[in-house]
Amino acid sequence: MIALGKYASYVIPAYAVSAVVIGALAADTLARARRWRAEVKRLQQLLGKDEAEL
Amino acid sequence: MALSRWLAPTLGVIAAALACVGLGMGLNAPPDYQQGSTVLIMFIHVPAAFLGLMAYSCLAASAFFGLVFRHSLADAAARAAAPLGAGFTLLALITGSLWGRPMWGAWWVWDARLTSELILFLFYVGYMALQAAIDDEAKADRAASILALVGAINVPIVHYSVVWWNSLHQGESIFVKGGPLLAAVYLWPLALMSFAYMFAFGALWLVRIRAEVWRRRAGALAVQAARG
Repeated sequence: MIALGKYASYVIPAYAVSAVVIGALAADTLARARRWRAEVKRLQQLLGKDEAEL
Repeated sequence: MALSRWLAPTLGVIAAALACVGLGMGLNAPPDYQQGSTVLIMFIHVPAAFLGLMAYSCLAASAFFGLVFRHSLADAAARAAAPLGAGFTLLALITGSLWGRPMWGAWWVWDARLTSELILFLFYVGYMALQAAIDDEAKADRAASILALVGAINVPIVHYSVVWWNSLHQGESIFVKGGPLLAAVYLWPLALMSFAYMFAFGALWLVRIRAEVWRRRAGALAVQAARG
């Protein structure tokens, strides 16, 4: 692996912040999908509608 | 909806595989003779900057279709693209700054490329803020779509800023006449990481569009439930 040397304090934060931001985007996306899918399911059950299309 | 159910995870898996190979190659590349190990930042900065522009193009195209054809899926697609594009643009700004400090001696300069990239980020934030500020969803979509289309003017400005103005930021080095100016040892990991980011955006965008459609459906069902 490439030796980071004196630039480690710039390279490591760049990779860390990328991992955090992309991880946060992925987590938020999945949480949002899960939340609204569950909400639609709940409301469909409440109204006695078919859930098959979910 | 049916397409995104299998396409989103497929794109996600491809993105992860490409990122593993790209990072593996990139971390084993030799240090650049001028940039040293900061060349590693290029493998995450360039794809993030590219995705910031690509996501805005997707946002503007969706906004256009939403405005012209009044298609709710287009509005959902536009809404779904905004936070992703903002995230990638923010990453481009932060990683660029982390590269700029050791190479240029400054965290930030009011250079044409950096400034237009910051304006791109502000357009994303403005789009999301406008959506959130208007209660009537149809009106919010229309107003935010107009803002998104105005902001589309900035996309070619970001791209060509290094050509049109004297810029501290390096010029185009990949899609140039006579082939890329980058050595293959850097070009391959960069290409793989760019595709990884692109596939990751595709996967996340599809899931967010689906979530947005569910959110709107939940709203309609809640109204029905309230009416009894």
